[in-house]
Amino acid sequence: MTTTQATYSECTVSVAGLSMHVVQGGNGPSAVWLHHSTGPLGWLPLHERLAERLHVSAPDLPGYGRSERPVWARHPRDIAVLLGRAIAKLELEPTLLIGHGFGGWVAAELATMNPSALRGLVLVGAAGLQPEEGEIIDPIFFTFGDYVKQGFHDEAAFEDAFGSDGSESHRELWDFSREMTSRLTWKPWMFNRQLAPLLREVDVPALLVWGAEDRVVPLDCGRRYEAALPDARLVVVEGAGHLVELEAPDRLASLITEFAGA
Amino acid sequence: MFIGYFTERPYQDQDSGWFGAVGQPITDLAMSNADYDPKLGADLYNRYLDEKIYAEEMGFDGLMLNEHHSTPFCMGGVMNVEAAILARITKRAKIVLLGNVLPIWDDPLWLAEELAEIDMISRGRLVTGWVRGTGRESVAHNAQSPYNWERFQEAHDFIVKAWTTPGPWRWEGEHYQFRYVNPWARPYQDPHPPIWIPGILSRNTVDWAAKHRYPYIMLATDLEPTKKSFDYYDEQAREHGYEAGSQHHGYLFKVHVDETDELADEVGRKYVQGPSNPFLEGNQGEVLSTLQNLPGLTSRTKVLPTGASLAALQSRGRSGDHAKLGGGTATQAELDKKELGDPFGSYKSQKERYTIITGTPKTVIPKVRHVLETLRPGSIFFWDGDGAMTHEDSMRSLRLMGEEVIPAVREMGKELDLPGPFEMDPYTLAPVEEKTEAAEAVAAPAGD
Repeated sequence: MTTTQATYSECTVSVAGLSMHVVQGGNGPSAVWLHHSTGPLGWLPLHERLAERLHVSAPDLPGYGRSERPVWARHPRDIAVLLGRAIAKLELEPTLLIGHGFGGWVAAELATMNPSALRGLVLVGAAGLQPEEGEIIDPIFFTFGDYVKQGFHDEAAFEDAFGSDGSESHRELWDFSREMTSRLTWKPWMFNRQLAPLLREVDVPALLVWGAEDRVVPLDCGRRYEAALPDARLVVVEGAGHLVELEAPDRLASLITEFAGA
Repeated sequence: MFIGYFTERPYQDQDSGWFGAVGQPITDLAMSNADYDPKLGADLYNRYLDEKIYAEEMGFDGLMLNEHHSTPFCMGGVMNVEAAILARITKRAKIVLLGNVLPIWDDPLWLAEELAEIDMISRGRLVTGWVRGTGRESVAHNAQSPYNWERFQEAHDFIVKAWTTPGPWRWEGEHYQFRYVNPWARPYQDPHPPIWIPGILSRNTVDWAAKHRYPYIMLATDLEPTKKSFDYYDEQAREHGYEAGSQHHGYLFKVHVDETDELADEVGRKYVQGPSNPFLEGNQGEVLSTLQNLPGLTSRTKVLPTGASLAALQSRGRSGDHAKLGGGTATQAELDKKELGDPFGSYKSQKERYTIITGTPKTVIPKVRHVLETLRPGSIFFWDGDGAMTHEDSMRSLRLMGEEVIPAVREMGKELDLPGPFEMDPYTLAPVEEKTEAAEAVAAPAGD
């Protein structure tokens, strides 16, 4: 995948003695964007679109990409705590918090800890809650490339993004990221039974976006979030799988900027 | 020289079609146990125990068991049960467990108790061995793979302490916590049963075994990389301030002995290519590459020479990539046609590479000698009775081993100066004093 040539900058912030890498661009109200369990892919076309209206910060989550690994971390909540401190230190509060997949779970955990730091919450194909219909897919039986392919509605879109099986550097990223993810979630896989009761206290507006063909995190998880959050709206994007930001970036950008009132 | 006997106890089903060389394509962890027949299982467990008991009669020093989970190639998911039965029935042979998969135990205190019981029932004949397990073990028992190595080490430290430090005490570790450690079962052997470490892949494990002076047992790996791995152990031993010897090196390899070379070949093919053990090298089971690459299971930069070699990676059948080249569903005839150029080792090429030795005692003995001269191990294990071999095939081989091969190999061990861990102490590096029966009688409490 080629990152968009654009006006973005990179910075680091130290949290709990660990260096965190952040990509930033755009002008406007603050938005913090969190990547999937498969790791950060740099500055994406979606970011470029969002940056037209928002000031976008896309950190590499602690332990992923170029952010140092908290070897002690055992749960996405630990990551959420670090992220909350990073947002405060970068003076991004109050922010719109956008999370995809695993990053959506981290976002939801952070929202329960400190809703007043948020202007709004956007969860796209977010993990974190146990679906009543279907199951969150288990990557263990997939090669790295095949797992990422599960994220697309149209496998041709995978090839457009990554080539036939991903480049060596992508496979390295997916391998490295899978290890970090497996340090943070295992039993149960990709959800937290303690999350839903706490979401009742997240009194900020929430937008839930799911690809209609999401094979990774079932649409039912979106319905669970909609039921648990006091002020949430679920939008289903036709023609997209789990990786909405890669398959329908323009549609997603419009939904987010409209939601943000930006 | 310590000589042990091993079979992996495959679930042998000649009838279902699932486990046959010409049956359906087989992928590891993709077979439903709907096909499992407990009546067949009953026959097989009893058969394998009978063979182990006969192996003791034939003069083997050790009866080796192993453990895998959720797979037809090894019925030893709970090998401690088999070990306990052998502890009661056999009289002389060591019961060698290579090994319990430590990281998948959430309660290692339970394991410490089980092993102490086996050691007592056998009156001190347990050799305990611990492994990190393959990916399928971590998947089957859902053990968090990135912490596999940490859990292995902590469980080891905990069990050794549970065996050696009088309780009660408390353990608040990173992965294990116990508020009351005071097992009412202590190992018969003092301070505890010998610990041997089997493996093929991880340099971490070799470093660690060398540090603890535990014998390292290479499992059916090719000769050259095995030698390199022993060299690596020896280097690590020097780093830790001692000179390792043959008592620190063990080797498991496939050996089948029969009455004629023709019969040995026929049975040898059943062993590696026939029904029932689809994941043996040369057979047609396909192993998911993701199972060998679970997140964080093995440090990517620390792989042994054997790990880098094709044979070790494929030692449980063919990889998906190979299957895509046509290996996965090839018929026996096709396999035979391809075998000369087949690096994945059908029977003939395995024989040429010494990963299986078959023949009459006369042809087998020089080949075993070649292995001993090349690797200089102090303990060896003959791996036989596997694949689609029948009970009769196994028993013929055991008899011939007992009558001719074992006596000859013992002599070789002396001639080549290859003391095993019960002759040369791996820890003190000094000769083990022979306990005479009279001395033992004096040492044993009255009525024992």
